[in-house]
Amino acid sequence: MTTARSDAESAARLVALGMRPKQLPARDVVYAELVTRYRQDDDFKGIVNAIAAGLGMVVLAVTRQSGMVLAAQEDSVFEIRMDEYARRTAIGGRRGAEKVIHGVIHMAVAAIGFPRPDDLANDTYIGRVSVEQVDAMVREACRMLEERAKAAEANNDPLEDAPELERAWRAYARRPAAAITKDGRLAADTTRGMTAKAMRFLAEQGFLVQVNADQSGTYRTTPRYQVQVRELAAVRAFDELLDLGVVAVTGSGGSLHTASDTLSGELPDV
Amino acid sequence: MGGGIADEGLARRLKALACTAPLHDLDGRKARLDWADASGYQMAEIALQIIDQVTIAMDFDRGAGHEQVVVRMRPFVGAQATDRDEDEHDRITRWVLDNLINVGSVDRGFHTVYGTFGVTGEYQRRAFDFKLLVELAGPDGEVYLRATDEAINVLVGALDTDVESAQIAAEVKLENLIRRGRLSDAKLAAEQARYRTVQYAETLRRKLDATRRDVRAVDWTAEVPDLIDEALRHIEDRFRAENAILRNITAARDDAEDADRKRRAADLVDIVGDCIRRHTQLQARLQSAGETFRAEQDRQQFSGPPQRAAVDLFGQLLVPCLDLPLAGAERPTSAFFGAGAGLRLPSVPGLVGLVEMLLVPAQERDGLGGDVAEPDLAPLPASDRYTEQQWRAVDNLFELDEIPRRLSGLLGEARRIDGDLAGLVVLRALHAFSPEVGSAVRQGERWLVLAVADGTDLMDTEYGGADLLVARARLDPQSPQSPQSAEDGEVA
Repeated sequence: MTTARSDAESAARLVALGMRPKQLPARDVVYAELVTRYRQDDDFKGIVNAIAAGLGMVVLAVTRQSGMVLAAQEDSVFEIRMDEYARRTAIGGRRGAEKVIHGVIHMAVAAIGFPRPDDLANDTYIGRVSVEQVDAMVREACRMLEERAKAAEANNDPLEDAPELERAWRAYARRPAAAITKDGRLAADTTRGMTAKAMRFLAEQGFLVQVNADQSGTYRTTPRYQVQVRELAAVRAFDELLDLGVVAVTGSGGSLHTASDTLSGELPDV
Repeated sequence: MGGGIADEGLARRLKALACTAPLHDLDGRKARLDWADASGYQMAEIALQIIDQVTIAMDFDRGAGHEQVVVRMRPFVGAQATDRDEDEHDRITRWVLDNLINVGSVDRGFHTVYGTFGVTGEYQRRAFDFKLLVELAGPDGEVYLRATDEAINVLVGALDTDVESAQIAAEVKLENLIRRGRLSDAKLAAEQARYRTVQYAETLRRKLDATRRDVRAVDWTAEVPDLIDEALRHIEDRFRAENAILRNITAARDDAEDADRKRRAADLVDIVGDCIRRHTQLQARLQSAGETFRAEQDRQQFSGPPQRAAVDLFGQLLVPCLDLPLAGAERPTSAFFGAGAGLRLPSVPGLVGLVEMLLVPAQERDGLGGDVAEPDLAPLPASDRYTEQQWRAVDNLFELDEIPRRLSGLLGEARRIDGDLAGLVVLRALHAFSPEVGSAVRQGERWLVLAVADGTDLMDTEYGGADLLVARARLDPQSPQSPQSAEDGEVA
């Protein structure tokens, strides 16, 4: 009886530690012991998973590098919703565009952090991300899509009465990268401002660690972020895309080098 | 989507036309500036000049800073209004600059609507968004300006031209003009050649940037080496041509007798000198391109085949999402965010925590600012000094015919009705002293009360000043252009 209780207490403690994103097994002996126990003792693992499930969370991984990685189930109290995140930046009637740009930036941070599928799969990989890189990469992608649209010779300008049918890349490309406010600060509603916000947010959540302030802020990824993206975020977004019937097949080397288009796309205006 | 070929040409011309609209708009709105009488400034000219300055300052790494533009514009803006001080000139420049960026709109750009025909032949309205000047952050975090392709196209007036052949054309024209001694045309041609050079450098800069981001993004086995060779050959030609031109016009400058001609030749020497400087810069970049590639290749190591299946974040998520319509992209991006953002930890204030929370000094807000509080609106306190009856009484007093009356007489009459009325009568008379004739005409008023001073002093116990002549003037709506004369006629 007492063992059952103390097991439950230890299991709950592990869950509690997992909820502190900046706590790491490497820096905490108790945490490290609990992680080892989770990996070796199946009964204990069962209790931990049950406690997490009861609280409305899923255990994504428990490793010495990442610690315990938890994710909120949909509609759980722990879930962070895009509506809350993008709330303060919503301006005017175009909230849809605002949310999509925020979402795209989060995807782009992950895509720069783990440029190849291999990097996402390799547990020892640590990526480096900077605000400047993320913005430049998305803009480059937007430019490629623009070239492709031009090549298809279709008129892609959005219809005046259906702005929600505007392509996402167009909305992103139109948003300025940087701008100065009247008092000389950088404006927050620009893509760089939004990217900086996303990275600060991820750092707070224990997913990124700031390395230096170069290129408007350079960060490195944490194992926790890798697990979160690989096990959950990428899969969910991918499923959503499948529902929409959008399936992109890329090679094993990844496609962040969507190569010669970049160049041939630019050649005509030389 | 997309209509016929003729339709496409129309759309292109409409777009080109739209790019000039912000410049015309500046002159239309200058009259509404309340901090200066801006009618003397040619805003469209200033705007074009600003775009020129920004374009000229654009090179590989950066563009023009805001302040730099303002300083460089001083002589030009100053020449338009010599009687104003430098502060006003700077302010005008900033106003035009802000309008070219379109500060205040979320996207900092311009938006126009044009029509096309859909596949089935129905008329469709489409939105066209464009920018003239954009703000970009440099490597050092400073924000600087660059002119967009639209702006350069509006400025140079050559949409859809092949840069290379246009440059050759400009060179030939330039040499011809110099030979024939037409220096102002030669200057124009030299400037055009410089814009081409800038455009060319801009394209190359983008290419090198792509390489720096990912080596594999560029085909380094054939395409880029060819391109670099081509560009180097191009620069060689330009050097030869421009040095010849430079020799020619330097001689023209030194031989010229006429001061004006001499000055213009000197300008031209400067411009061509700048062209040569730019080519040198471009050449240096081209020569170090191979080195950049090797260094980047070392840095961006290639790794082995994947160890397990994982999603390709860029190719399978980001690009497909960017390619979706906004309405469709919302679900996958929100799903990614929700699943990738981690946990929201509900904060539970304990007593100790609460005390600490209350004692913590006010936190610094992040750059996004807080929610805007709903203001508590209270009704304004009644501010009417005079009652409804008093107003009516004074209205009756001012029901004059066309024979003017003295203010002193009106005051006396008012005091007989109500001791308090005198103040209101004085105020009404003052108001009538310089009435807004124009707006009264616009509002379709037939009559206007008018007061004129004829030099008689007011002898009154409470008020001093001139004993105004108050009369009613008839407004002639037929000649709204000259309300002044109508009024004069009626009063006299």
